[in-house]
Amino acid sequence: MEKSTYYNPADLAKFGNITEWQAEMGSKFFAYYGEVFKEGALSEREKALIALAVAHAVQCPYCIDAYTTDSLQKGADEAQMMEAVHVAAAIKGGAVLVHGVQMMNKAKDLSM
Amino acid sequence: MKSLQARHAPLADTGYQLTVLSQAEVAGAHWPLFAHKLRETGLLPLRPTSLEVMQINVGKMCNQTCRHCHVDAGPDRTEIMTRATMQLCLDALAQTNIPVVDLTGGAPEMNPDFRWLVEQISALGRQVIVRCNLTIIVANPKYHDLPTFFAWHGVRVVSSLPHFSASRTDAQRGEGVFGRSIRALQMLNEAGYGVAGSGLVLDLVFNPSGAFLPGSQVGLERDFKQRLLREHGVVFNSLLTITNLPVSRFLEYLLESGNYDGYMQKLVDAYNPAAAANVMCRSTLSIGWDGLLYDCDFNQMLDLPVEARAPQHIRDFNEAALTDRAIVVNQHCYGCTAGAGSSCGGATT
Repeated sequence: MEKSTYYNPADLAKFGNITEWQAEMGSKFFAYYGEVFKEGALSEREKALIALAVAHAVQCPYCIDAYTTDSLQKGADEAQMMEAVHVAAAIKGGAVLVHGVQMMNKAKDLSM
Repeated sequence: MKSLQARHAPLADTGYQLTVLSQAEVAGAHWPLFAHKLRETGLLPLRPTSLEVMQINVGKMCNQTCRHCHVDAGPDRTEIMTRATMQLCLDALAQTNIPVVDLTGGAPEMNPDFRWLVEQISALGRQVIVRCNLTIIVANPKYHDLPTFFAWHGVRVVSSLPHFSASRTDAQRGEGVFGRSIRALQMLNEAGYGVAGSGLVLDLVFNPSGAFLPGSQVGLERDFKQRLLREHGVVFNSLLTITNLPVSRFLEYLLESGNYDGYMQKLVDAYNPAAAANVMCRSTLSIGWDGLLYDCDFNQMLDLPVEARAPQHIRDFNEAALTDRAIVVNQHCYGCTAGAGSSCGGATT
């Protein structure tokens, strides 16, 4: 059957199924994943906001859904969530622009 | 915003709410019956452990009309407990060693006999909890002295504040509620509430302003304490996280926003056997404004009385018979067993 979209929201709930084809690596990944998001030197809310920002940077719709929900559950408000997205945007934009230095260097090398 | 009852909304009929919860109206829902989940956990029939809390709902009248209210309370509701029914509650209390009486509503302070009731319970040497919505304290000059009244009787104050930001609080509780709540919290602090060494306990309640579950009680409490102190100079003792149950106006919100299926799925997926063993109905007796008896305030609002063979009205109170009852459960009960569990005292695991 032809799918109308590449992404299906219902697939997020099936993430755990990746272990069906590679149990050991998948299980190790999920154990690691769970450990990463536990309260540590960073709070659970701070980790949820970092994950939200990264989700935007990697443009993963599953992750955006998951970490919007998680950020709200961990007590973040709209302002904190949007600032996290701006952090991602600033780093993505900055990463493009800082290569402008490389472009300038190369242009200078080639120019009289 | 008006109550469901004043709007003659279909969900004002508790029978209709139960129909929705039993999935008959919801296409594509295949959630297991809560009772079956309890059976798998070895908890059916669900029995009381001991009677620790008498929770009295003194009426549905309220100065606020919160969007998530499971009571469908509001200024347009007139059902309140009479002094005669309060006396029946006191007579029952005096026969027992129940240590805590939890007063809720509506805004319990709007009942004209509220202060009398607090005085009588205190005279019996029991701890009083008041579920104060905060804004009532600043709603009218006649309520301005509530903090000192509470302090005089050593009342434990438990108050909803869904967020430390105005936008998320007002979205749930109404425009301007956050600002008035902060003023009330400052007045409670001035009376000693939440202040270290005062012995006067002020707890806040976080219940999510939307279709999601509360996060870690410990983490949220730390964030609330930092933000409220830094931005408003407010202190408090503990933050209690409470999950919204799909009842009354929160059920209406879920259905109207298209979140009902997803929210129920979240609750079912997050079923926690440990939380099921610790549900508050095992140690609580809930009394309605008219004296009828229920297993909890949510069952009360769904018109699900205690099991038929148990006493039905506070005038017939019998601790032994009530302790022997089977607790009535339905699909909304998934709200109390999700994740870290939820009760009027916050997370249960």
